[in-house]
Amino acid sequence: MNQKKKLDLNRREMPKQPPHIRRRNFKEVAMGYTVELAVGEAERCLQCKKPLCVQGCPVEINIPGFIKCIANKDFAEAIRIIKKTNCLPAVCGRVCPQEEQCEISCILIKKGAPIAIGRLERFAAEWEASQEHIEIPKIPPPTGKKVAVVGSGPAGITVAGNLAMLGHDVTMYEALHEAGGVLTYGIPEFRLPKKIVRREIDYIKKMGVKLITNFVVGKTKTVDQLINNYDALFIATGAGLPWFMNIPGENLNGVYSANEYLTRMNLMKGFNFPKSSTPIKKHNRVAVVGGGNVAMDCARTAARLGAEEVYIIYRRSKKELPARLEEVENAEEEGVIFKLLTLPIRLIGDENGWLKEIECLRMKLGEPDQSGRRRPIKIEGSEFIMPMDACIIAIGNSPNPIIPNTTADLEVGKWRNIIADEKTGKTSKDKVWAGGDIVTGAATVILAMGAGRIAALSINEYLSGEK
Amino acid sequence: MFEVIEIEMIVPNLHLLTVRAPDIAEQIKPGQFVIVRSDEESERIPLSVADWDRKEGTITIIFMEVGVSTQKMASLKQGEYIPTVVGPLGKPSEIEKFGTVVCIGGCYGIGSIFPTIKAFHEKGNNVISIMEARSLNLLYWKDKIKPFCSSLFTITRDGSDGDIGHIKHIVEILHKNGIKPDRIIANGCTFMIYKASKDLSIFNVPIIVSLNPIMIDGTGMCGVCRVTVDGKMRFACVDGPDFDGRLVDWEELLTRRKQYVDEEAFLVHNSGCGGI
Ligand SMILES: Cc1cc2nc3c(=O)[nH]c(=O)nc-3n(C[C@H](O)[C@H](O)[C@H](O)COP(=O)(O)OP(=O)(O)OC[C@H]3O[C@@H](n4cnc5c(N)ncnc54)[C@H](O)[C@@H]3O)c2cc1C
Ligand SMILES: Cc1cc2nc3c(=O)[nH]c(=O)nc-3n(C[C@H](O)[C@H](O)[C@H](O)COP(=O)(O)OP(=O)(O)OC[C@H]3O[C@@H](n4cnc5c(N)ncnc54)[C@H](O)[C@@H]3O)c2cc1C
Ligand code: SF4
Ligand code: SF4
Ligand code: FES
Repeated sequence: MNQKKKLDLNRREMPKQPPHIRRRNFKEVAMGYTVELAVGEAERCLQCKKPLCVQGCPVEINIPGFIKCIANKDFAEAIRIIKKTNCLPAVCGRVCPQEEQCEISCILIKKGAPIAIGRLERFAAEWEASQEHIEIPKIPPPTGKKVAVVGSGPAGITVAGNLAMLGHDVTMYEALHEAGGVLTYGIPEFRLPKKIVRREIDYIKKMGVKLITNFVVGKTKTVDQLINNYDALFIATGAGLPWFMNIPGENLNGVYSANEYLTRMNLMKGFNFPKSSTPIKKHNRVAVVGGGNVAMDCARTAARLGAEEVYIIYRRSKKELPARLEEVENAEEEGVIFKLLTLPIRLIGDENGWLKEIECLRMKLGEPDQSGRRRPIKIEGSEFIMPMDACIIAIGNSPNPIIPNTTADLEVGKWRNIIADEKTGKTSKDKVWAGGDIVTGAATVILAMGAGRIAALSINEYLSGEK
Repeated sequence: MFEVIEIEMIVPNLHLLTVRAPDIAEQIKPGQFVIVRSDEESERIPLSVADWDRKEGTITIIFMEVGVSTQKMASLKQGEYIPTVVGPLGKPSEIEKFGTVVCIGGCYGIGSIFPTIKAFHEKGNNVISIMEARSLNLLYWKDKIKPFCSSLFTITRDGSDGDIGHIKHIVEILHKNGIKPDRIIANGCTFMIYKASKDLSIFNVPIIVSLNPIMIDGTGMCGVCRVTVDGKMRFACVDGPDFDGRLVDWEELLTRRKQYVDEEAFLVHNSGCGGI
């Protein structure tokens, strides 16, 4: 460790749109570092000989390496280093739960001022995007091996990009009309602008990846049919099937799954109605059930659509909220009201079949359960009613069953998730690998990419080993 | 991109669209549907596949002009390309040898039930077809359907073809002709398949209807197509669209389909089936 340098504990904040303004627009909330802020933040890094931060990153980016380049203003080299192990830095720099991964592992956390690794990563990616010429890595001569990738979310993109870089002939299949998975249909514009996702897709296309949209594997063709034309196949179809609460009134008008609400908004551009012809309703009082990133995204979207009151209804306390702290704070600043320790038990409709009220119960916290979080317990007799125009249910998703249901010899688990070897991504089926949310259940972008990276290595090994 | 091979108004307000989609043509089975976007700003709308030609790699849809998206589709020209035709989606209809099968089609359902009629015939069933419309000038594909049925009845509300009346007259027709169905299938607007499910339940046989709730992705991801069948939540795009109409919560379905009535400017149409 460089002891001579004076410790700088001033973690540089990233400029943000002020809450009262951003609450009503769809532009990105956090505006990114300026060169000056980025260099200042990078200079704080101690360049540890045994960098703990790297161990916290699921794709093991050479963090001190790229930060040093930023400090030296060699931004081109910074992005080159990042891209060696992470093909989506502009995305990860924005949506990774850094506070639980690289940044929590940074040595400076002890002083309460870890290096803002994610923000620097984002900065490097933005710098690259602002250049006229985006560097495409040199691709070795074609190996003659063909790989199919099913699903174009972060796991699929990672596998496609990594294998194309090695000279394999990759085709990526996507069910929707646009690629990107949750990055495109789920995470809103104000957190992850869609042009960034499109840029990343263009990048892997430039590396030679063929993209076929409007193709539902398992329906348009089955895995068993596709596999005949390929040497290997990777399944990354994500966790798509929304859960409901199983309480009365969930099919009332004005009740949505988070996926529906966000898809109308993001993929179908509902904010642009009627120019884009898919409508999204503007409701006055909106309740979002759940406490994760998805719930925060729904609540903040509802606010931007003009809702006067937006509630998050969550059955545990604030400490247990699974969403990123930053997103919880953003939501609070934008006026979202947190109804904690509250459980919806009935949705009540009016005479025309529209939601009118939500009946809830108050909860208290008991002993920790298997997940280590304190178990919420119902307080008998504490029922109360909240008048509400809309309710968005954001309590999770299970894996999409289309492929498991139509593929022979593919071993699946209790939740119909595909079983794949943790170290290789290999499934029980010959020539087939899988990774991302379809294997783990709903997780994170970077974990999906990590799984993709492992599978790409294993697939490449397999393809190289073949005659 | 998908090439428009043929587009034609076959009767007032109902259009026939044939597109080249070889992968779908190869896989499609009776009862399945596709999702179409006719341009980049368009909604994703679900439409049943009424016919296909595996050799030519084409599929055919019969659709009714009701709102913005179907209006745009109606103005397509031969040789143009559209960005999305995805499928085949949903489960295929159950085609077994049931005995006497009564197939009822109304509106776009006359087209969408055609593959099912053919398949039942090929399985050796005794197929009775009933076509329902407001008036003779709204009936189509009679000649195409006839060869696959032992009898074909038509009902028009003004009596310009076949019997005068509405869905409830089907019971009379069946009684009059001594037909005892082992299975009933109905395709068409929600109101028609709802009426069929109610009126024909006296036969005590499954009444298989193709449900048409609002959809977005068609792959089970968004949940907007959820319906209650036999007290359980089902997603019509992956668990259906075929369900036993006797078990469907119709009031809920009819209400849910009206969610965007305020937003969607309805086109006034004269097909007379009371709106899909
Ligand atoms: C609203 C929301 C907010 C989130 N916020 C964050 C965050 O801030 N940070 C974070 O790290 N994570 C976040 N996540 C989680 C993260 O987005 C996911 O864990 C990640 O996208 C999983 O990647 P994946 O590649 O496995 O699948 P997905 O991104 O789900 O992509 C799967 C793709 O496969 C396609 N597909 C499915 N079935 C088929 C088929 N049969 N044939 C062809 N294609 C098919 C789908 O259409 C989809 O495009 C969020 C998730 C949501 C929904
Ligand atoms: C499985 C399935 C198969 C179908 N097959 C056919 C077919 O073969 N031929 C045909 O003419 N129609 C069919 N439909 C109905 C067709 O999807 C709607 O008529 C179409 O979406 C209306 O779009 P629009 O923009 O023109 O009308 P809009 O202006 O959007 O809406 C008019 C009204 O139609 C209903 N509607 C709107 N969007 C949808 C939607 N995505 N799905 C269902 N209803 C909707 C609502 O009641 C709405 O208020 C089918 C529907 C389903 C679910
Ligand atoms: S990819 Fe995510 S975990 Fe890794 S360094 Fe970047 S922000 Fe941190
Ligand atoms: S980011 Fe933190 S842990 Fe990593 S090298 Fe810099 S100071 Fe050390
Ligand atoms: S249409 Fe989205 S789940 Fe059925």
